[in-house]
Amino acid sequence: MSQADLLDQAPVFQLKGSMLAITVLELTHNDLARLDAQLLAKVAEAPNFFSNIPLVLALDKLPEDCGELDLAELQAVCKRHGLCIMAIRTEREEHIARARELDLAVLPPSGARERLIEPAESAEARRKAEKPREPEVRPTKVVTTPVRGGMQVYAEGGDLVVLASVSAGAELLADGNIHVYGPMRGRALAGVKGNAKARIFCQRLGAELLSIAGKYKVAEDLRRDPAWGDAVHVSLSGDVLKITRL
Amino acid sequence: MAKILVVTSGKGGVGKTTTSAAIGTGLALRGHKTVIVDFDVGLRNLDLIMGCERRVVYDFVNVINGEATLTQALIKDKRLENLYVLAASQTRDKDALTLEGVGKVMDELRESFEYIVCDSPAGIEKGAHLAMYFADEAIVVTNPEVSSVRDSDRMLGLLASKSRRAEQGEEPIKEHLLLTRYNPERVSKGEMLGVEDVEEILAIRLLGVIPESQAVLKASNQGVPVILDEQSDAGQAYSDAVDRLLGKELPHRFLDVQKKGLLQRLFGGRE
Repeated sequence: MSQADLLDQAPVFQLKGSMLAITVLELTHNDLARLDAQLLAKVAEAPNFFSNIPLVLALDKLPEDCGELDLAELQAVCKRHGLCIMAIRTEREEHIARARELDLAVLPPSGARERLIEPAESAEARRKAEKPREPEVRPTKVVTTPVRGGMQVYAEGGDLVVLASVSAGAELLADGNIHVYGPMRGRALAGVKGNAKARIFCQRLGAELLSIAGKYKVAEDLRRDPAWGDAVHVSLSGDVLKITRL
Repeated sequence: MAKILVVTSGKGGVGKTTTSAAIGTGLALRGHKTVIVDFDVGLRNLDLIMGCERRVVYDFVNVINGEATLTQALIKDKRLENLYVLAASQTRDKDALTLEGVGKVMDELRESFEYIVCDSPAGIEKGAHLAMYFADEAIVVTNPEVSSVRDSDRMLGLLASKSRRAEQGEEPIKEHLLLTRYNPERVSKGEMLGVEDVEEILAIRLLGVIPESQAVLKASNQGVPVILDEQSDAGQAYSDAVDRLLGKELPHRFLDVQKKGLLQRLFGGRE
């Protein structure tokens, strides 16, 4: 295969998803003269902002009985003030048809946050809201082999039980409680998603770091505790970790 | 059934190559057909310790790249009938090794050897990973000091998670702890970690304790595996370790401070 053939096959484009912040002009009255006057005033406030600004024109807030909308004229008005319509947002058939003629893209009406919910949907939503979601109980994660330095074990959404030793440099993480039945020399972080009720239990406290809901103590502080080396349980009282002998 | 043993540590300079040579030779002495494979591509040392550096023609990388056959690359030991060495390349680096390539060579070696001893490079990167990936058993070489123990601990974690056995959910690699450069005198002074401390931290079976010994340095320089020096403490300790590896129960020796005799004390004999 020659060099030229290889070049021919090289991809010339890539498709990528992207989130853009776009200004939306929401039209509430079908009155182009007033729009013209008000836009003039608006643009005068911030001429730099409005120079060739891409825009989505929202027609979904326009009342049903506003009469026929002259989309071409509307586009011309906008253009005059430096607004460049790239798409319109509408549901109405006649608007969609006009937009096609003018080569404008059509977007569905605005996202759920702004939209009035349909009766059927709202009933379902209310039912959902009434019944508060039961806290999902995930099975406890049980580790039976030593957790070595450099390893990280995370019990997402639940408790973590380690039946072997936890070496210095190892890291235990749990959304719930952490239990360690072997010597504990690593780091243990309970309630990592902010559960201040989470606790840490260990048979032999020798940890590098203990943390509950982001409040922590390092070995230097832990070492001074009289319970260092003993079986303890650790809970959060206020903002301070409380270490109690078991 | 061929067994792949990896001699590894994480930390450098703890005695992996010395151990690979001694264990490999010890296995061959006991009648097992053994090959020692140097994975330390770019920093090859095994051939020096085995005393076969002048006979290296083809190496491990040549075999992987198909530039030589295994038979061409295997170097037969001059002292022992059933001992072979596969040298590492000195001119390449560890990227020359590939998982498929190493796997193929291991499969081929499995057919004709009882024991394949893999001498791992230091570190936890590609070279060390490939050395331990196919292993059935691991000898973790550790010096009695904190940084070496910590690195060994890290290595044990990798053995349990990143090896072929771990990835395929097979029975985990059997781990052995070999404590080298052990100096009972310094342990008693509190300058070194004791056997119990290291065993407690790493929580694996103790295969042996090799005392710090002049014999090791002498053996390395002469290109004779220290296990062949039957008079030396280190040689005897390695010998015990090989026996334990083969399933014998032996008490651990050389753990206590040896009292110096009167003459030794008078003439201040060197350790």
